[in-house]
Amino acid sequence: MLKDKEKDTAPIKLTHNGELTVVEFNVRKLLEENEITEMGRQLTSYIESQLKPKIIISFAGVDHLSSSALGTLITVNYKVRERDGQLRLCSINPQIYEVFLITKLNKLFRIFPTMEEAKASLEKPSS
Amino acid sequence: MKQTHSHRHPAVKRNCTSHSPKLWCSCDIESDIRKVRDVEEAILSQCQMHAFTDRDLFALKLAVEEAINNAIRHGNRSDTSKQIHIKYRVTPRRCDIVIEDEGDGFNPAAVPDPTSEHNLEQTSGRGLLLMRAFMNSVVFNESGNAVTLTKFNDSIRQTSRHRVAFG
Repeated sequence: MLKDKEKDTAPIKLTHNGELTVVEFNVRKLLEENEITEMGRQLTSYIESQLKPKIIISFAGVDHLSSSALGTLITVNYKVRERDGQLRLCSINPQIYEVFLITKLNKLFRIFPTMEEAKASLEKPSS
Repeated sequence: MKQTHSHRHPAVKRNCTSHSPKLWCSCDIESDIRKVRDVEEAILSQCQMHAFTDRDLFALKLAVEEAINNAIRHGNRSDTSKQIHIKYRVTPRRCDIVIEDEGDGFNPAAVPDPTSEHNLEQTSGRGLLLMRAFMNSVVFNESGNAVTLTKFNDSIRQTSRHRVAFG
């Protein structure tokens, strides 16, 4: 559990809804190295506590990110896949989406325009 | 205590009080991203005054962030006794920024293509690609420890295109 002080400074907020975890950002710019490291630490620690993590990262409100933040997202994607989980990205503004296109990371991540579409894309457990 | 960039970097203030658009501003800053970012903000605010588009400002911030991160981390290896030297000039038509570190430099041609299938999951090595994609020109000096970024003001280019089409 995060202490109150850490919650105030944490760059991301995790909300758990059943087996789905939604990640939102508390910062508009994902540029600070310490915040990017902290984001990676929070996500890795959560992923490693789950059997098959289902995570949607919403970029709503984010207007800048660095290549270092992309590197952390790649690590997160790898760790989710390693645990047979599912990761979706959504609500990415057009300028940041261009960064994903240029780097061709749109091929690596499953990206959806809205949270609803990202949720709908998640595979349901077979009954 | 909050300080303005001009207090921290007298060189920025001294050089940039002139109204001559041809003048280059220059400053030497220790390898600390927060201090270098004050200069980045000064550059962006000058571009904003010259009505660079929002897309231009996004592109400039992205490219300058990547260039200064490279200079601090790879060039100066985060050694705060080494400095970053920045020179810039903003005119209504273009913005030119030279970012130089005190490292040994590198060969940009030897940087692997991060978009190749083989490298797609590498967690670093995309800064140069992004700078090249978002700037009009990215030129390194021979030793590879200084990069010149150039961005044209797209609002002027759009106006020129409009004149050609409708004028």
